[in-house]
Amino acid sequence: MTRDSKPDLLKVEGLKAYYQMNYYGVEREVRAVDGISMNIKRGEVYGIAGESSSGKTSFIKVLAAAIRPPLRVVEGTVKYEFKNGPIEVTTASPAQIEEVRWKHLSYIMQGSMSVLNPVRRIGKTFKDFAQRPLGLTGAAFEDRVIKHLARLKLPPEVLRAYPHELSGGMRQRVTIGLATVCHPEFIIADEPTTALDVVVQKEVLSLIRDIQKEMDSSVVFVTHDMSVHANIADRVGIIYAGRLVEEGPTKQMFFTPKHPYTAHLVASLPRIGDTTQRPALEGRPPNLADPPQGCRFHPRCPLAVDKCRQEVPPLETVAQDHRTACWRWQDVKPLVGSAHPAGVMA
Amino acid sequence: MTTLLDVRNVSKSFTMGGIFGRKTVNAVMDASFSLSAEKPEIFTIIGESGSGKTTLARMILGLEDPSEGEILFQGQKVSRHASKAERLAFMSKVQPVFQNPFEAFNPLKKIERYLESTARQFLHTKDRAAIDRAMDEALQKVGLSLKEVRGRFPHEMSGGQLQRCAIARALIPNPPLLITDEPVSMVDASLRMSIVNLLKSLRDDLKVSVIYITHDLATAYYISNRLIIMQRGRIVEMGDARTVLDNPQHPYSQLLKASVLSTDDAGAGKLATDPDMVKAANGLVGQAGKLVVRPDGREVRVYG
Amino acid sequence: MFAVFRDLIRYNLEFTIGLVLVGIVAIFAALSFFSPVDPTLIYMAIPDQPPSAQYWFGTNSRGQDLFWHLSAAFRNSLMFGITVAVLSRIISITVGLAAGYLGGWVDRILMFINDIFVAVPIFPILVLFYFVLRNNMDSFTMALILACFGWPFDARLIRSVALGLKHREFTRHAVFAGMSTRKVLLEEHLPYVMPIVFSTFMNNMLWSIGMEVTLAVLGFTNINNPTIGTVLYWANSHSAMVVGTWWWIVIPVILIVITFLGLFLLAVSMNEYIDPRSRLRRMGA
Repeated sequence: MTRDSKPDLLKVEGLKAYYQMNYYGVEREVRAVDGISMNIKRGEVYGIAGESSSGKTSFIKVLAAAIRPPLRVVEGTVKYEFKNGPIEVTTASPAQIEEVRWKHLSYIMQGSMSVLNPVRRIGKTFKDFAQRPLGLTGAAFEDRVIKHLARLKLPPEVLRAYPHELSGGMRQRVTIGLATVCHPEFIIADEPTTALDVVVQKEVLSLIRDIQKEMDSSVVFVTHDMSVHANIADRVGIIYAGRLVEEGPTKQMFFTPKHPYTAHLVASLPRIGDTTQRPALEGRPPNLADPPQGCRFHPRCPLAVDKCRQEVPPLETVAQDHRTACWRWQDVKPLVGSAHPAGVMA
Repeated sequence: MTTLLDVRNVSKSFTMGGIFGRKTVNAVMDASFSLSAEKPEIFTIIGESGSGKTTLARMILGLEDPSEGEILFQGQKVSRHASKAERLAFMSKVQPVFQNPFEAFNPLKKIERYLESTARQFLHTKDRAAIDRAMDEALQKVGLSLKEVRGRFPHEMSGGQLQRCAIARALIPNPPLLITDEPVSMVDASLRMSIVNLLKSLRDDLKVSVIYITHDLATAYYISNRLIIMQRGRIVEMGDARTVLDNPQHPYSQLLKASVLSTDDAGAGKLATDPDMVKAANGLVGQAGKLVVRPDGREVRVYG
Repeated sequence: MFAVFRDLIRYNLEFTIGLVLVGIVAIFAALSFFSPVDPTLIYMAIPDQPPSAQYWFGTNSRGQDLFWHLSAAFRNSLMFGITVAVLSRIISITVGLAAGYLGGWVDRILMFINDIFVAVPIFPILVLFYFVLRNNMDSFTMALILACFGWPFDARLIRSVALGLKHREFTRHAVFAGMSTRKVLLEEHLPYVMPIVFSTFMNNMLWSIGMEVTLAVLGFTNINNPTIGTVLYWANSHSAMVVGTWWWIVIPVILIVITFLGLFLLAVSMNEYIDPRSRLRRMGA
């Protein structure tokens, strides 16, 4: 694969980020990110899947260099190798971060309304965000923006529109436009299609994919929806209770998962044309203020043995680019009703 | 065959805007379907935002009056302006389950509060033991128990557990019909199937009819008996869930099915939607047409 | 309840300071119940004595021991402020929650009345009442009148929060759980407007005591009833600062500042404590 030849753009090593809070004597430490290491290569789409309160939101906050109290990085490094030089976001000064923001590192957020000011025309918002990083003014800037919008199949007229005059899909395309107009090297997309209808969702996804290919940017795509990952990601990483439990090429993750949690996520997806009973996973995700000992998935895991209850499994390489943190990964079989019948055989 | 719910040529239009620039939005146009009292089923309403599916549900719940047509529940007209006693009697037979379980419970109040109030109001009892028994029975039906729930606040439970509590609450008066509006869209992936399977078992084991409102074709296929597909207020296709979804006939239904993200070829990165399909489907918005019965039992809207 | 106080005192400096300040004033006002002299009588002590061991706060030109006189004045004014604040809070909560939740014509009628009260100028009306009632206008009557005018802005504020709450899913859930409108409003919605109620309570006390001072200084109240306003009225009419009986003005002003500062700190810290978001965080959500 071409991915192997490409250099790493982001290196995360042993990252621990905790929320430390104290309210009227109730002290709490939430270990939202508890030792995550991963690398993301140039030009790849890396999908991050995880449930609510799995720590994925905190993790991408750190990646996006938006670390604000009570969230604190306790350990580890997050290093980007941008073209204009490396930056370590956990120690960088606000000025250094400001320097790379939008130009090298940008985001597409969930609700388009949180980026678009409802009382400002879209064109104004583009100016606010992109004029400085692009270093263009007047007609040159406008020209650049219009060309970019055309790439997203948006007419130049949207620049004169207010956000509420656009449909949900259009607005989300505008936010994608905002995030990509400076040709950033790294884009963080946080559930960008969750609020969209199915038809529009597919359009927006293919748009993100196209523009990413064209610019050869890296994208971290966060969503809890596994079927979105199946279609957009090159690699998928699964976060459970603050830890990366499995990562690998998308195809392998869906057809030969090596962690029981991944296997379950894939197997529980219903498909049109198939009415066989889907399994449900019992229990609930652990409380990050008081996580279980050993493997954090063990209370819900059908394969759990004593070792799982006591020792934390390390991330082991099980195939090329495929790592899993499970003591019994060799026993993990794709569950009944897995995404592809051939997957059972493989 | 007696009908449980009869939706007859129901339309709903809203007038938007003030004195100037009034415009009328037709949220639902001429919708008709009925549910049988003898044969419990999961009846799915599929649609995107703006399709009118939520408005239709609100009318069935009596939160909104139809502009035209009428809705009969067990032969009685559903109305927003019913007397308090009629309203309570109606609520004991038709109960809703809301979309977001974290929003459905007041975060500052204990969960059992809603169950307790339901038991007290609809079982007409003040006896503590009877109320507790009713709560526990309902919670058992959804795989929980009063012991697990008592004294807990919403934030102490997962989305899946909360949604079960919400369903348990709705089940307390033993209603023959549940209206569930996107009940799993806010529930985490690993807990989602337990809710979907629960809805299935409500139908099969407890003989409760469920109106399942969703935009997700895959779960609709998985659990529903019959379904309708709505496009901008109009029913465009209606019939047996498998028949319709295996081979949709209306252009919009076909587009919806084509837009479902498949995991069959995960990693292949196939995302393109046929633009002609989108054009064909969107071209039909605003055209009246009429529903025609096909030999396989389904109804499809045809035009011209 | 006790645990709440203990937590607040331990972890919230503003609360502790506020509590101490208000406590000082409250104890001072409460002492009036043990007053050896009737504070309405005059020439019970040697006039114009500066603060001393015998007269802690000095005496005024009317021969009143200012310590006991101010004690009674603060009791009356605080009671007055609390009465106005409590009464007008009750009206604004009722109107605000009902208008927001019920909507429709109830909302329109309530807000119509609300806007009338906003528009009517209160000061001339109070003066009018004074001319009609003269010395029958005791402080309770005045509190009632002020309470009738002190709610409309806050009712609008509460209504805006209630409007948002109306569309939250838990409200609809409560309705389908058979809860009555009263129960929905008082048990589901009230906790969310309590922060507004607390901060406006404080504002309202400030406003009503200030109003009383204004009227009293101009002589439009029963000037024989000791209040903060009438103390200043008499001090002014005896030209206290010119004559050199500065303590007659300075001491009450210091006490007023202490009162308001204390109330302000209490309101701020209580607000943070009962805010639903901070409550949830303490609960561990």
